[in-house]
Amino acid sequence: MSKPNNILTKFKNMPVDGMTKTLFVAITLCLVCSMVVSFAAVNLKEVQEVNKAVDKQKNILQVAGLYYDGIDVEKSFSSFEPIVVDLNQGKFTNRFDPLTFDDRKATQDPQLSIPLKEDPASIGRRTNFATVYLLKKEDGSLDKIILPIHGYGLWSTLYGFIALEKNGNDIFGLQFYQHAETPGLGAEVDNPKWKAQWKGKKINNDSGELMITVAKTQKYKDHHIDALAGATLTSNGVDNLVKFWMGEAGFKKFLTNLQNGAA
Amino acid sequence: MSQTRKQLLTDPLVDNNPITLQVLGICSALAVTSSLNVAFVMSLAVIAVCGFSSLFISFLRHYIPNSIRIIVQMVIIASLVILVDQIIKAYAYEISKTLSVFVGLIITNCIVMGRAEAFAMKNKPFESFVDGVGNGLGYSLLLMSVGVIRELFGAGSLFGIMIFEPVSNGGWYVPNGLLLLPPSAFFIIGFIIWGVRTWKKSQVEAREYKIQTLEEH
Repeated sequence: MSKPNNILTKFKNMPVDGMTKTLFVAITLCLVCSMVVSFAAVNLKEVQEVNKAVDKQKNILQVAGLYYDGIDVEKSFSSFEPIVVDLNQGKFTNRFDPLTFDDRKATQDPQLSIPLKEDPASIGRRTNFATVYLLKKEDGSLDKIILPIHGYGLWSTLYGFIALEKNGNDIFGLQFYQHAETPGLGAEVDNPKWKAQWKGKKINNDSGELMITVAKTQKYKDHHIDALAGATLTSNGVDNLVKFWMGEAGFKKFLTNLQNGAA
Repeated sequence: MSQTRKQLLTDPLVDNNPITLQVLGICSALAVTSSLNVAFVMSLAVIAVCGFSSLFISFLRHYIPNSIRIIVQMVIIASLVILVDQIIKAYAYEISKTLSVFVGLIITNCIVMGRAEAFAMKNKPFESFVDGVGNGLGYSLLLMSVGVIRELFGAGSLFGIMIFEPVSNGGWYVPNGLLLLPPSAFFIIGFIIWGVRTWKKSQVEAREYKIQTLEEH
């Protein structure tokens, strides 16, 4: 018989618990398993990315009050115009493609973000560039402005959107699309009745001071959101993050510029 | 299906339920039972992982060196779990957001590993598969029962469909917030175990020792 067969028979006759076979089994198994796993990961990646994108679009539609069950998300989303905003300048920038720009990645990138000294929203770093979505009317005029916001609650960072009327001061809606707050307590930020409070509230008062507050007691009717019962820390988190993103370090410059036609 | 195979499938449902009798896999039962949708997908994931890991491990049982058998089992289980996780992320995105880390934690679920080590290493592939699925079903049965109680009384809904209109939406039902928190699952599982052992006395474990009174000395 030829030589390879001899090696094969020799290998077959080795004890299962011997060093050679143990190594053989371990290596083969790892190879096969890693191949199966990477095959699945690579092949399913596209579907997963689409899911993520659709989920984000769905949330933007929801915060703008355009979502209902069974809607064609991608088609309805085409009425939005995504634009990247330079937060330091408060102006639109065409440095990045808004369709592929990832705010969250930019937040981790030292070139594209700054560390925060004053950090009420507990986010550590703030991106210099954020993707905003402008909802246009059929005649092309501005209808609503959708801004991305995030900040720390009790257990988790809450990611969401705030929708503003075209004057940049009246809130149309607020919605979080990702958080891990306590179900039944902090997670009531998803409660439709609580979210409905935001509609019509004003961010700044007439002299331009930041007034919007989430609190237990009402001070100013136009600027007050009732805190969630039993979820003080989540409510404080939402209060802080909305104040942060609507303030000087957030979108205030951009919103002012937008009103003056200087964005 | 022969009598024994049928038993392999049905025994773990009540008589030999992995959660109520063996008290395995509790951790995930606490975490994923606050809503039925999530519990259902988690159940399917555990059934699939438990069944197929037993199947593959049983196929390989004569070739697995004894010294690394636990690692080999873990590698097979882990690969299956990642596979399931990827599939859920691709085709049930909403639910994958709630399940998040708990699908990954099926790897550490004692039921899967327990069946691999106790059954699949010694039995033929098909029997092992049936045993794995049976234990997965036993786990699911308990998961769903706990899920029904928690979602119905904690949120007033079942599978996300409103049954009791909660006060916060203008209805009459005041939801019991405790039921949505993980500790409530402990109480519910405890009560279920108590119930099952009252019904089936044979499941009551013998006392390890008895406190003796002074007179008996």
